Formats: sequence, C-alpha cells, structure tokens
Amino acid sequence: MMTKGKQSIAFEQSPFLMGSASVVGQKEGEGPLGKKFDYICEDKENMFGADSWEAAESNMQRLACRLALEKTGMHPEEIRYLFAGDLLRQGIATSMGVEGLQIPLFGLFGACSTSGEALALGAMTVAAGYAENIIAVTSSHFGSAEKEFRFPLGYASQRPLSASWTVTGSGAFLVGTQKSHVRISGVTIGKIVDYGLKDSQNMGACMAPAACDTILANLRDFGREPEEYDHIITGDLGYVGQSILFDLMRKKRKNIDSIHLDCGKLIYDQQTQDTHAGGSGCGCAAVTLSSYILPKIEKGEWKRVLFIPTGALMSTVSYNEGESVPGIAHAIVLEHC
Amino acid sequence: MEENKKQQQEQYEQYVKEKTPVHNVYANMAKAFVSGGIICVIGQALLNYCQSIGLDKEISASWTSLLLVLASVVLTGFGVYPKLAKWCGAGTLVPITGFANSVAAPAIEYKKEGQVFGIGCKIFTIAGPVILYGILVSWVLGLVYYLLMKVGIM
Repeated sequence: MMTKGKQSIAFEQSPFLMGSASVVGQKEGEGPLGKKFDYICEDKENMFGADSWEAAESNMQRLACRLALEKTGMHPEEIRYLFAGDLLRQGIATSMGVEGLQIPLFGLFGACSTSGEALALGAMTVAAGYAENIIAVTSSHFGSAEKEFRFPLGYASQRPLSASWTVTGSGAFLVGTQKSHVRISGVTIGKIVDYGLKDSQNMGACMAPAACDTILANLRDFGREPEEYDHIITGDLGYVGQSILFDLMRKKRKNIDSIHLDCGKLIYDQQTQDTHAGGSGCGCAAVTLSSYILPKIEKGEWKRVLFIPTGALMSTVSYNEGESVPGIAHAIVLEHC
Repeated sequence: MEENKKQQQEQYEQYVKEKTPVHNVYANMAKAFVSGGIICVIGQALLNYCQSIGLDKEISASWTSLLLVLASVVLTGFGVYPKLAKWCGAGTLVPITGFANSVAAPAIEYKKEGQVFGIGCKIFTIAGPVILYGILVSWVLGLVYYLLMKVGIM
C-alpha cells in the first residue's frame, strides 16, 4: 500500500526531481537569493519582452520550462505531461505560456499552493507509471496579480504592514524516473481550512491554519516528529503567518520554531526591499525551491525536507460578497539520495 | 455546532488582530496632516497668484483645481504619486490630487485592454463609488435644504 494515513502517499518507488529552473524579475534578483536564480529579467518593468503583464508572465513560464529542459538535457517530446498553474483567471498565463511547448497539459489552480499541487500530482503520475517524465511549473507576476486582486499599480494607496509582495517569478521542475540526488518520497494533500478570516491583505493569517493542518497531517500519517525533518519550509506565510503558525503548532504540542523556514521570508530582504510581510504568489515557493532548497538537498546538506506551498484561495468576487479567504497547503517530502 | 464555529472564528479574528502589526495611527495622521496641508498650501498659492493677475475668484478657483489635477495626473503617469502615498497616506488621498490619481491610475493600467472595454469601462473603478454616492448625497442634502427653506427655517 502506498497510501499513508488519511491524506498522504508514501511512494514505493520514489520519483526523482531531475532538474529545475527559476526565472525572476528585477526585485527578486536584487534580493538575498539574487545570485542563485537561473535568469533575472533585464528589463526594469519586468516585461520579459511582452507588452502586457499577463503576456510577460506567460513568457516567464515558457522560459522556465525551456531552461529546466536545457539543464537536464531533455526535449519537450520526452515530457509526457505538464502540470501547470498561475494566479490569473482561467489560468491564462499558463495557457498562453506553454502553448509553444506542445506538451499535454493539466492546468491547475491552488493559488500560491499550486507548485505543491503540481509537484504532488506529477510525482503521483510518475510513481504510478503513467509517465516517465513530467514538468511541474507555476508562475506569478507582481503586475498581473496586483491588477487581478488589488488596485492598479499607479493608485496611491498605503499598503498595510501585513500585506505581502507578489513575487515576479516562475519555477519549473522536471520529475521523472531517472536517478538524481533529490527524490520525492511522499506527499500530503491538504484540505481547505477556513478560520473565517476576511482580510485579503493579511494572507499569512488566512493560510497559517491550513499550513498547520497539513503539517500535522503529514506528521501523523508518516508517524514522524518534526525533528525528523531538517527543515519544514512553508510557501508564503511571511512574517505574520509564521508567528501564527508557531502558535497554532504549539497549541498542538509540536514545536517547529527552530526548523521552520518560509520562502516568503527568504526571497526578500524585509528591511531594504520594503516588502512588508514578505513574498507571496505561485512563483514565490517555486523559485525558492529551485534556487535555494533543491541545491542544499542535492549536496546532502539537508537530508529530508518538508516543503509546503500555502495558498489563499481568494476570489475578488467572493471577497466583495463578504466571504472569507479559505486556505490550503500541500506538503511534499523531499529527500537527499 | 454552527454557534461554536462562529465563536471560534471570532476568537481567531481577535487573535490575528493582536498578532498583526499595523501602521502607527498617530504618526500616519501627522504625516497626512503635513503632506495634505502642503498640497493645500500649493493650491492656495496658485489661487492667490491667479487672483493677483486679475482673474476673478471663480475663474481662479477653476484654474487652481485644473492645475492640481494636471500635476497629479502627470506625477501618476511617471509613477511618482504612488511613491509619495507611501509616506503621505491620506495626505495624498484626500485632496483633489488623490481623486485625479484614482482616475488616472486605472486609465493607465487598463489601457492594454482597449479604449472601450479597457479605459472606457474601467477608468472609474476606484472613483466611481465616490462620484455616485457623492452625487446622491448632494441630492439628498439639496432636498433637505429645499424643505427647510419651504418651512421657513432657512
């Protein structure tokens, strides 16, 4: 049996993370992880050669896929399925972006948790023998996300301190059967967790309960203690979300303070880059995983990591209708091998 | 059960409120007072200048509004106005320049979606409610004023 507990899978034959690529905008390039990214946009406006933000995001996603292929020496024809998503309505950045690759596509939406959803589904597909190689790719763009969810960029509003900064970036991951130094040994798929919070400018607080729920489910299903992971790394809880997560975990008598990291905190320098609560978006967890986390696991510096992209499943319509912002989080167990 | 959940939600909301850092209200008010005040002083200077070159009061006021709106729109176009707002807060929001910004910003943002469905439909996405309810309120106040006049109070 590969299923574990109520919501997890432990693969009998773990799929390998054969390679990845990260593409980011200027602000991310100037951040603490700057030197580690594969490609940083040269254009100050982060247009990636397009004339709208949506098209820029598409270009970014395509570029990330191409770079991941290049780095692993593979061709699009060798990839059986693509698991891809972004933050825009109808996942339009994905549809436009990956058209040129001509790889059969599963278009996904899990807000900022999409990279976890894509990796989980991809790993399951490979582990089950339905594909030899797949690519999981996600993206977000500051311009297109602000336009979709908040105000026009030129609008003079003061961002609250709890607001996060949408990462302009795309990360692509090639998962397959060919041995590498990182394997996906298991996944825990998260439930919708909604504590009724209605503040879309405090997404960390909306997502922290979901992250907590998925971490606990993972520990329960695999019968592990937090210490058995070198690090537990959430997607984009940011400063506010992290402190809430710690409190929620402590209530459940689990302490993860010393091993927890958050991609939203890693990607920007809060002091100098004025990003308030930290980074967010589909791209945040993806590019941090590709540029920072994977190399550490590859080298064996970290043996086992729990990677948990978190998503605030917000719609501007439901938000205006007074609904809360539900959260979700999916966990991927990454191991050095 | 339902009651219980609601209570839990309220508790969480309260807890999050305590956990979340917010801008210092008093510092923000002081900054808004200073920056909004500066914009008004510029307006007053424009008004005085217009009157000093012999324009009547009403024409001078129109020129003042016009120039302030123009300055705000140009600054929005160059991306300066939103940067000012970071420090100024309500100081840049409340004067007429803030209103101009709220119209110019969507116009720039949605230009990509075309003249009709982009700029045409979305230019008032932020200013629209202010215009609608502004007119509604002035209508109601006008009515009240009229009725008070009829009964001889005013």
